[in-house]
Amino acid sequence: MSSELRHIHAETLLELARDHENLRVLEADLMGSVSTGKFQAEFPDQFIQCGIAEANMIGVAAGLSATGKVPFVHSFGCFITRRCYDQLFLSGGYAQQHINIFGSDAGVAAVTNGGTHMPFEDVGLMRLIPDSVVIEVSDAAVLKKAMHYSYQNPGVNYIRSTRKDLPELYLSPDEIEIGKGKVLREGDDLTIIASGLSVHDALEAAAEVEALMGKTVTVVDMHTIKPVDTELVIRCVNKTGKLLTVENHNVTGGLGDAVIAELLEAGVAPTAFRKIGVREQFGQVGSLDYLKDQYGISAQAITEAAIAILD
Amino acid sequence: MKSNEYLREIEHLNLSIKAETVKALLHLGYGHFGGSLSISETLACLYGHYLHHDPANPKMADRDYLVLSKGHAGPALYATLALRGFIELETLKNINANGTLLPSHADMNKTAGVDMTTGSLGQGISCAMGIAMGTDTNVFAIVGDGELQEGQCWEAFQFAAHHQLNNLVVFVDYNKRQLDGYLDEIQKPFDLREKFQAFGFESVQVNGQDINQICGAIEQGLASKDKPTAIILDTEKGQGFPSIIEMSSNHHLRLDDDLRSAILKDLDVIEQRLESLK
Ligand SMILES: Cc1ncc(C[n+]2csc(CCOP(=O)(O)OP(=O)(O)O)c2C)c(N)n1
Ligand SMILES: [Mg+2]
Repeated sequence: MSSELRHIHAETLLELARDHENLRVLEADLMGSVSTGKFQAEFPDQFIQCGIAEANMIGVAAGLSATGKVPFVHSFGCFITRRCYDQLFLSGGYAQQHINIFGSDAGVAAVTNGGTHMPFEDVGLMRLIPDSVVIEVSDAAVLKKAMHYSYQNPGVNYIRSTRKDLPELYLSPDEIEIGKGKVLREGDDLTIIASGLSVHDALEAAAEVEALMGKTVTVVDMHTIKPVDTELVIRCVNKTGKLLTVENHNVTGGLGDAVIAELLEAGVAPTAFRKIGVREQFGQVGSLDYLKDQYGISAQAITEAAIAILD
Repeated sequence: MKSNEYLREIEHLNLSIKAETVKALLHLGYGHFGGSLSISETLACLYGHYLHHDPANPKMADRDYLVLSKGHAGPALYATLALRGFIELETLKNINANGTLLPSHADMNKTAGVDMTTGSLGQGISCAMGIAMGTDTNVFAIVGDGELQEGQCWEAFQFAAHHQLNNLVVFVDYNKRQLDGYLDEIQKPFDLREKFQAFGFESVQVNGQDINQICGAIEQGLASKDKPTAIILDTEKGQGFPSIIEMSSNHHLRLDDDLRSAILKDLDVIEQRLESLK
């Protein structure tokens, strides 16, 4: 099996459908981008092609949920959140329906599709729906776990992901618990909390900082952004004092805000804190490395921020 | 209806748009070939004659506007703007390069001559309504046939008819295909001409490869006194490039060696036709 996340997504849908007759897959003319064609071929009666009409698709999903079906919907992360937010909010969240959402091409991963296709606000939007769950995929095992979890968890579940592969972090989905962050590296001087593709850049930066400064760094994969793992965050910050968060998203409304709010409400203040992420900017076309540089979320940018905070 | 000389000039522009678009995308190695090629004839008619513009003064007060609502066809628009002199032909190589002024989807703040930022399907067409209300000049908009599945398009069309936006001409690129396949399998469009009529438009369907017919329809649209006009362009996705037309999926292509050489052969034919028009 290919390790591209879009293929993992398609394979996991097939796996789930083999066990669950009530599962439905809905696409809005982007099946070709996430390889759900295989699903349509094997389960034609459980596949609904909605055309380029995302808002209608969410309404249809809510209606299917009202009849006991479990819909999985997909479009690019920008269109499946922004373009149909009121439908997600009301027909989904408020009406207490079960809708599982796969938003592909997280942030800079939209590369050459550019500014119209590059979501830096989807996590913020989806966090704002009461009782929603928001997960960002850092490797294939997380994606599989997130999809199985979503099937079982009635409500609005948002999974944010890239389509291409990410380096492997976990051997199996069993290592993942939704709502519990993963400590990937333990240190004493600084905690870096990241999600999605930024986890990999944070790991690279942590190694670099240790090599350069001899200080040790904790790196957490906070794959579940909502509900965020408050207990783990408190434990890490009590140990290291200093804290960085890293997200391929706007610094407003995303992972960094979720983490710092939980900490402060629990009465724990880091001795130094900085959010790394996109600030007051829209997307643009470019290569992945160029875009990470432009938005200050590259491994190098994280390393520099870590050095500054540790100095 | 039109003199042969005049049609030849438009045809020359059309073939040049095709050639420059394809050369730019060959350079890039990927892109929206299909939907860019199906509108070159229409772009040639507009920029070759009907759309009032001045490349030296792209924001000229009395200019006409074009909203490319199917913003992913940006490369065809860029080729047109380059051939008309809004931007340098050389810059077409920079489509999608880091820091480019020519992004995959049309952007009014980056490219001289682009009148609206588009890329999220369904949005441009509403902006065209606002432009048509805000200007006394003519406003042209191009929507994809798949794009018409967005409900927002039909909100816009109701608005246009109610407000009698007779300075508005909407082209539908009826190439029968969208990203995941054929409209007929994804969502049937039914009779587009009738649908537009029911929405209060003057509507005509023409062969979208026939410059004479497109020109005739535009003239009819511009003459309309109290209604907006819809021109359904009966097109083929990849028009002019048989190797692209015959692909089972031709929305967004990533080129391998075989495809590249097949496209180059078709490009040769286009260039020979251009030569013969000289
Ligand atoms: C709101 C929105 N949803 C999805 C997309 C992704 N997308 C880009 S082009 C396209 C297919 C467009 O088909 P059509 O309108 O027929 O264009 P054409 O055939 O002329 O290329 C899709 C689904 C998008 N750009 N915007
Ligand atoms: Mg089409």
